[in-house]
Amino acid sequence: MATAEPWQKAEIPGPTKALVITKPEVVVAMVKKAKRPILIVGHEAAEVDAGDKKAIDYTIRIAEAGKIPVVATSHIIGEFNKRGFQPSSWMSAVDVANRLEDLEWRGLDGLGQYDLALFMGITYYMEWVILSSLKHFGRNLKTVSLDRYYHPHASWSFPNLSVDDWAQSLEVIANKLGGE
Amino acid sequence: MSKKNVVMRIKELKTDTALIKDLELRFGRVMEETWTEPVGPTPFPSITDLREWDHRLLQRYKPLYMPYCDVCCLCTFGKCDLTAGKRGACGINMEAQQSRIVLLACLIGAATHTAHARHMVEHLINKYGTRYPVDIGGINIEVEAPITRLVCGIRPKTLGDLEEILDYCENQITHLLSSTHTGQEGSSIDFESKVFHAGMIDHLGLEIADIAQISALGFPKADPEAPLVELGYGTIDSQKPTILCIGHNVVPATGIVDYLKENGLYGEVEVCGLCCTAHDVTRYSPKAKIVGPISWQLRFIRSGLPDIIILDEQCVRTDSLLEAQKIKAPVIVTSEKNCMGLPNRTKAPVDATVTELVEGKVPGVLILDPEKVGEVAVRTAVKVAPTRKKFKAIPSVEDIIEGAKTCKKCNDCRRACPQDLQIMDAVAEAADGNIDPLASLYDLCVGCGRCENACQVDLPMHSYIVKAGEKKLKEEKFKVRSGRGAIQDVEIRNVGSPIVLGEIPGVVAVVGCSNYPHGGKEVVEICREFANRRYIVVTSGCAAMTAAMYKNEEGKTLYEEYSGAFEAGGIVNVGSCVANSHIAGAAIKIASIFAKRNLRANYEEIADYILNRVGAVGLAWGAYSQKAAAIGSGFWRLGVPVIVGPHGAKYRRMLLGRRDREEDWYVHDARTGDRVYVGPTPEHLFYAAESKEEAMVMIAKLCMRPNDTTKGRAIKLTHYIDLHKRLYGIPPDDIDLFVRTETDIPITMKDEIHKILEQKEWKEGRIPDPTLLPRMIRKRKEEA
Repeated sequence: MATAEPWQKAEIPGPTKALVITKPEVVVAMVKKAKRPILIVGHEAAEVDAGDKKAIDYTIRIAEAGKIPVVATSHIIGEFNKRGFQPSSWMSAVDVANRLEDLEWRGLDGLGQYDLALFMGITYYMEWVILSSLKHFGRNLKTVSLDRYYHPHASWSFPNLSVDDWAQSLEVIANKLGGE
Repeated sequence: MSKKNVVMRIKELKTDTALIKDLELRFGRVMEETWTEPVGPTPFPSITDLREWDHRLLQRYKPLYMPYCDVCCLCTFGKCDLTAGKRGACGINMEAQQSRIVLLACLIGAATHTAHARHMVEHLINKYGTRYPVDIGGINIEVEAPITRLVCGIRPKTLGDLEEILDYCENQITHLLSSTHTGQEGSSIDFESKVFHAGMIDHLGLEIADIAQISALGFPKADPEAPLVELGYGTIDSQKPTILCIGHNVVPATGIVDYLKENGLYGEVEVCGLCCTAHDVTRYSPKAKIVGPISWQLRFIRSGLPDIIILDEQCVRTDSLLEAQKIKAPVIVTSEKNCMGLPNRTKAPVDATVTELVEGKVPGVLILDPEKVGEVAVRTAVKVAPTRKKFKAIPSVEDIIEGAKTCKKCNDCRRACPQDLQIMDAVAEAADGNIDPLASLYDLCVGCGRCENACQVDLPMHSYIVKAGEKKLKEEKFKVRSGRGAIQDVEIRNVGSPIVLGEIPGVVAVVGCSNYPHGGKEVVEICREFANRRYIVVTSGCAAMTAAMYKNEEGKTLYEEYSGAFEAGGIVNVGSCVANSHIAGAAIKIASIFAKRNLRANYEEIADYILNRVGAVGLAWGAYSQKAAAIGSGFWRLGVPVIVGPHGAKYRRMLLGRRDREEDWYVHDARTGDRVYVGPTPEHLFYAAESKEEAMVMIAKLCMRPNDTTKGRAIKLTHYIDLHKRLYGIPPDDIDLFVRTETDIPITMKDEIHKILEQKEWKEGRIPDPTLLPRMIRKRKEEA
């Protein structure tokens, strides 16, 4: 199994570390396998470049292709709206983490708790502890970091990638999620 | 004043009916008789006396644990893996471990403030005597120590009276600390209750430290027009010998100012400070100058301006001695808590110590006598200055360019940077002769120096950034209002009603350290926004300095632009970290002075009052320390929500309400005994925001309280909706939870909000006399 080290080098987690996404198809398979996936997008997604696009643009394509409900955290909801995309909800990063750990939460649509949470665009060190929280207390939840940097507390994470490699990976995910 | 452990011995007592011999009576505590206010239920509360209140809060605001590490390594059974439900060798699980670590952090903070207070009180008693009066505002302050009155049930009149309160603090801290030993506590919720207790004790320590120094050192006494003092590197006269004081305990700095005054040297030598000592030395002497917040330590030392560096305690870089050696500046350490391995010269002759320092025989000395610190510091600075010639450790531009060419492009600097600044890219540009990208990092850098430690070829990256930003550094010339101390009783009377009724939309306390996610400018923007909206903005500590570090178009800082009074639209610098006690004190005094609630040892009722009625919110945008954690936890128990920046998520747990759980938001109506839904007000108790925009919206939201009048709620909703629309681009999706009656709806938004309410199938509610405490229900008493 491939290994990776945290982007911020001192952020050493412990014995259980994220499996490394060596091929973007892994993410596609996980989303397709999941019964109730959810995509959580932080405010940096509107600031960070992914190739010739912003990261938020990929999240919209991935959400639409995979029919994944989106929670926009912080103030990024306005950026989605500017792009003509309506997320399922917006709430803070800590609020959504709090709900994902509650087995009784019925989800954004009232149909039940989620089994796969994909993350992108929350400030690295803050997402780091949120993923840690979900690792420890999100009982039936798998987490995937779609960020450019390795997140050891996720269940699955990209290793630290170049911008081009990251953009290509997101492109593959967006394309293949829409297919069979 | 109360007396504790009173013992009466009677050798022989003859009465008409009996002869009593060797009678001994012991009293645990004798409370003051002249204070007519009845003693409330919890004087000097033990760890468990307020546990029920804590559990009420924690039932609504449940912890969200965000472990920083998967393991526990506190005993030799460890390391124990606590991942995802595993228990350690002692049986502890991750929830309990996280709350235990939070408790330890808060205890470090509480112990630090209490020890600071103890040192301050002992010093002042030695100097002025135990009977020196506590006076923090003359006739403007009747409630001189609201936290002490509330927690302990006593009124301190003299410095000597403060000692008993510190005895209590030290006792409680010891008990609390013992509970973190392996096998002492296994419940996360009870650990959390202890966290609250530690926070309450911390607030006592803060209050004692500040009222002691205000009383005896001549600080501004609740003065809304406390002097405007100078702040910034550019205010320091580089032609003069310069003494730099770093830390939080002002006592050694007062020794320096006194010596200068007594010897006619004041004005010929610069006295400046970093961190809270800077605040307090300007409260002692407005001629002193503030360099900046904690994050300015490295840049100012390396600039070479200080000719001698005086270190006291708390938030002092532990490599200050090494940094001082780089610029050939001697160091005097002045606290038992921070000796830096230096020889103790407390009892040595001054002449000999000055000679040692001037000749560089030792890099520094420990002196625990503040008067001696004053003499040694001044005499050494005057002698050292001409030979040092402001020797600096900042490279030239040419040095940067040459150094940058050796960069290995490993990117370890960026990966060590807490802010993920693109240092390597900037260094690469510098290698090509362009230092502008390095200069652009200046405002964002928190001055930790981790980039340098990470560098594989030992490039002094932080110094590169400082050199590139040198123009900005030298232009730092600002005015900050010196810490005013407490809020006057008359100010509380004036604003108590509009705050409780909601017509002043809130009190926003912008406090804490300078670990800002995107530089200090965001702090200024937040302060300005809420002052313009007629909130009362209170500042303290490093945040109070940061608030002064940007000017408007007219060249004025916030403190020149806005009133220093505790009034709508004021920006009120209360002072250093320990002056945070006056912010808690103001909330308490609203309950006491405005609402006439009994204060004395009546913690639970007053906290219930504040939670339900006083729209106050703390914002610690750059909180980094254990002390900040302790201060926050004191506010949580008191019912005041605290927001932190994204770095604050590393405090390992939040206290979050769930607006989607209707059952969590019922209160008792004290008039009728009914259970009434009041909406998520306030929604959270401890909350980390990702961005400035999120924090601003959340501040407006968390100022709402169940007791708001319809007019007050309409005003608060206007701000919440307006900020949400502006910063998020859309109206909030939870307006229906905050509209209780038709008249709550802001008149200018009626059509828009009616549509939302219809969609949400909103039903009108009512406004109760809110309380979480069944004992406060009046009807029940009448029936009884």
